[in-house]
Amino acid sequence: MTWVDTILQGLLLGGLYALFATGLSLIFGVMRIVNLAHGDLSILAAFLAVVVVESLGWSPFAALLVVVPVLAGLGYALQSLVLNRLLGRGILPPILVTFGFSIIIQNALLETFSADSRRLDPGGVETASVALGSQLAVGWFPVITLAVAVLILVGLQLMIGRLSLGRAFRAVSDDQETAELMGIDHRRLYALAMALSLAIVAVAGVFLGIRTTFTFASGPDRLLFAFEAVIIGGLGSLWGTLVGGAVLGIAQTVGAKLSPGWGILSGHLVFLAVLLLRPQGLFAKARRVA
Amino acid sequence: MTPASNRAAVRVERTTRASRAGLVVAALVLLALVTLPRWGDASTMRILVEFIALLVLAQMWNLLAGYAGLVSIGQQAYVGLGGYALVVLADDLGVNPFAAVPLAGLVAAALALPTAALVFRFQGGYFAVGTWAIAEVYRLRIANTSALGRGSGRTLKAVFPLARESREITTYLLALAIGVAALAAVYGFLRSRYGLGLMAIRDSEPGSEALGIDVFRTKLGVYLGVAFGTGMTGALIYLNLLRISPDAAFSINWTAYTIFIVVIGGIGSLEGPLIGTALFFVTRELLSDYGAWYMILLGALAVGVMLRYPRGLWGLVTDRWDVRFFPVQRRVALDPAARES
Repeated sequence: MTWVDTILQGLLLGGLYALFATGLSLIFGVMRIVNLAHGDLSILAAFLAVVVVESLGWSPFAALLVVVPVLAGLGYALQSLVLNRLLGRGILPPILVTFGFSIIIQNALLETFSADSRRLDPGGVETASVALGSQLAVGWFPVITLAVAVLILVGLQLMIGRLSLGRAFRAVSDDQETAELMGIDHRRLYALAMALSLAIVAVAGVFLGIRTTFTFASGPDRLLFAFEAVIIGGLGSLWGTLVGGAVLGIAQTVGAKLSPGWGILSGHLVFLAVLLLRPQGLFAKARRVA
Repeated sequence: MTPASNRAAVRVERTTRASRAGLVVAALVLLALVTLPRWGDASTMRILVEFIALLVLAQMWNLLAGYAGLVSIGQQAYVGLGGYALVVLADDLGVNPFAAVPLAGLVAAALALPTAALVFRFQGGYFAVGTWAIAEVYRLRIANTSALGRGSGRTLKAVFPLARESREITTYLLALAIGVAALAAVYGFLRSRYGLGLMAIRDSEPGSEALGIDVFRTKLGVYLGVAFGTGMTGALIYLNLLRISPDAAFSINWTAYTIFIVVIGGIGSLEGPLIGTALFFVTRELLSDYGAWYMILLGALAVGVMLRYPRGLWGLVTDRWDVRFFPVQRRVALDPAARES
């Protein structure tokens, strides 16, 4: 029964990873760039939530009302003021500029919040659990996280498939020049995609902060897990991302159970195995956006 | 005009006045550096070892990202692997610690082959994150190995029997040799026909493939060569520091320093990393008390340079004056002798 429990925990952890992965995948799908500051922005969101919780006395869930719009605005500004100026200059500038932001954010967080680890306290939800039979119990919070991840994925899927904004995302993703001829302002669209990506990242960061402790240096691992979930699931598949997150989460919890210190490493190794044996990911490309 | 007379009237220039003058200056600087142990002190030598190590890391990453278009964020993997290879070779296998430095480069290059088999499946941004992920795999694997001291690392004991002064001088001269060899190797490679092929790939991958350049093998060759140089530098760094731990040896900061140096100095030139490393050292001495602020400043400077001056400080210089100390391009010039006839 303990193994079932371990796998179940990993599966639920995958919900959180899918949240991180979705934002990364969306940006890559729409404009073919990878935001290397992705993980650090999620940690920035978590620290912002700490500030809101401590200064206003709100619950971390209520803090989302502040943190999500702030991060979305930051994403819009980042794309329209900085990254859009790099368009058409090849792959190198966006990688180096977002990497620069990653280092800047980490050190600014260190300078502002010190190296101490923090945690968001939602007031009991994080320890409450529900019994599944006599020997098995799952925490309410991981279940909520997975549910939120699924809701966001469904919402994104509907948006991309049904709404005109989603159609514009698909058009720009398929052929930017032709989309432009059809009257689509690709720069504004890119800014909206980045805003949407960082809004999702904000949710992921706050949920991470409730689930576990974090420091200024927790960002890069989030980026790597997000990336691995995307690759395991298969580029361009939103549901693949969810499965990728789950596979990564299970690999980490099972690895950690076998030997402490091997948790994260086991996740990486499963990622490498998928890369070696099935480089297109577990789910072949279903749709190119996100 | 016949094609034959056309050909006679032009020639291909591969050196510049600055490069010929630069050669003289370089020879003088080298002479001063080689004789430094006779007139300099130990702390100067230690700083120069550090300077050379960062310069070689910068030249290697510049070759990889600026010329081969392989934007790796995971070069710290080879710094760490080189450092650990040095400790294992010298302490566990009894190899002379100085001879172990180039061997550590070979170990890094050997491990770069399977790494390349995985990361070459990615392109662009995902290649960058992929190299970073694999660097983490190496770090965690070593941090979980008891023979390598797990998370607390190891101390290089093989150099303890040596007299301190001769150890420092030998380390310094080895660093100098590595620095000169790395610069000469990168310069020579870029001036060769393989270098020409590499620059063609950078400009247009399908175009160069159509001209018969083997894109995959050229990129793989550069990746392995750069791993060798980076691994050797990692070994050199830990021959100087004597104490290695996984978190420090595989720190993303190695790559962050390198990238900031190259971007600020000027990516895609050999002069750029030289200027960037010099600037890095000067500012670090001035701002060493500010820690995190220094990294914020450096990062902001690199982002600003990338936005406004994509070819860095050296690009600003070449925009204004036609100087090239390391000309890797071939330039067509009218031949005055042929024109008169």
